[in-house]
Amino acid sequence: MHELSIAVSLIEAAVEAAANEAGTVRTVHLRLGALSGVIAEALESAYQLARVGTPLERAELMIQPVPVVVRCRGCRTERELPMLDALWCPACGAAEEVVQGRELEIAALELET
Amino acid sequence: MVTTRIVEVRRQVLKQNDTVARELRQAFAEAGVTVISLVSSPGAGKTRFLEETLTRLRPSHAVAALVGDLATDHDAQRLSRSGAPVRQIVTGTVCHLEAAMIRDALRGWDWQELDFLFIENVGNLVCPASFDLGESQRAVLFSVTEGEDKPLKYPTIFNTADVAIITKIDLVGAAEFDRLAARQAVHRVRPGMTILEISAKTGEGMEQWLEYLVDHHERRAEGKT
Repeated sequence: MHELSIAVSLIEAAVEAAANEAGTVRTVHLRLGALSGVIAEALESAYQLARVGTPLERAELMIQPVPVVVRCRGCRTERELPMLDALWCPACGAAEEVVQGRELEIAALELET
Repeated sequence: MVTTRIVEVRRQVLKQNDTVARELRQAFAEAGVTVISLVSSPGAGKTRFLEETLTRLRPSHAVAALVGDLATDHDAQRLSRSGAPVRQIVTGTVCHLEAAMIRDALRGWDWQELDFLFIENVGNLVCPASFDLGESQRAVLFSVTEGEDKPLKYPTIFNTADVAIITKIDLVGAAEFDRLAARQAVHRVRPGMTILEISAKTGEGMEQWLEYLVDHHERRAEGKT
């Protein structure tokens, strides 16, 4: 259950990003990769607790899931995977590396003025 | 009138951890310290393996260890038997180590004199995956009693590791462990990763592990990695 410390970091990062902007944060848009090691539902629950008493007390969290994408080290073909398994290129058989899916980033803030 | 607008920010949630980890990695590189972190489930044999590693490396290299534990200092006490300096990081309810904990634990210590610093993470294969500690290599351990498909159940941590270590290999028969299936499982989620099979109890495979460590350390010193 590391989602609580992730939620605290998330709020700190969002508050910092909002410091230069006018208005009140209404929604935090988060990009969450399937390989981030973070479970969306657990993070949502943790966020509800962590936001109390912060400037984000009334801000909602919108989580946008980011699927896993791997790229072949040989022919550079990319493909999307439901989960991390059998990382060999179907086209040429070479090993594949993860190029997308580790995201744990605030994409945008919705502010109200 | 209320107006809403959307501001794009693209900010890493764990930016603070990543920044500390980057600073640590640079400081370790400048001081010539090779930092190896160990992750596994509880009970995979990390502490026993690390104790054996420290004992065997000590005659030829300056070694030390940081060990993360939820509540006790049992692991640190066991590791001290190797004679190497050991520091405990009690994480309380936190299920993983973070870069700032490493930085704080190193304060007041002559870690710059070390060849190797080992970091034993809290026994957990999920949470540590998200937190960079500034290590140069991440070793993921699983024991023959945990089953061959462990890598498939925890692909994220296996994919982010540099070397996989199968522990308690002396129990391979009793556990009816299929070595080939285990190697295939590792390579399904991380093609080409180095896999070592060891037993800290009998010493099997420990020489290859030490060679792996020393080779990595020397290549780092020559600036090749």
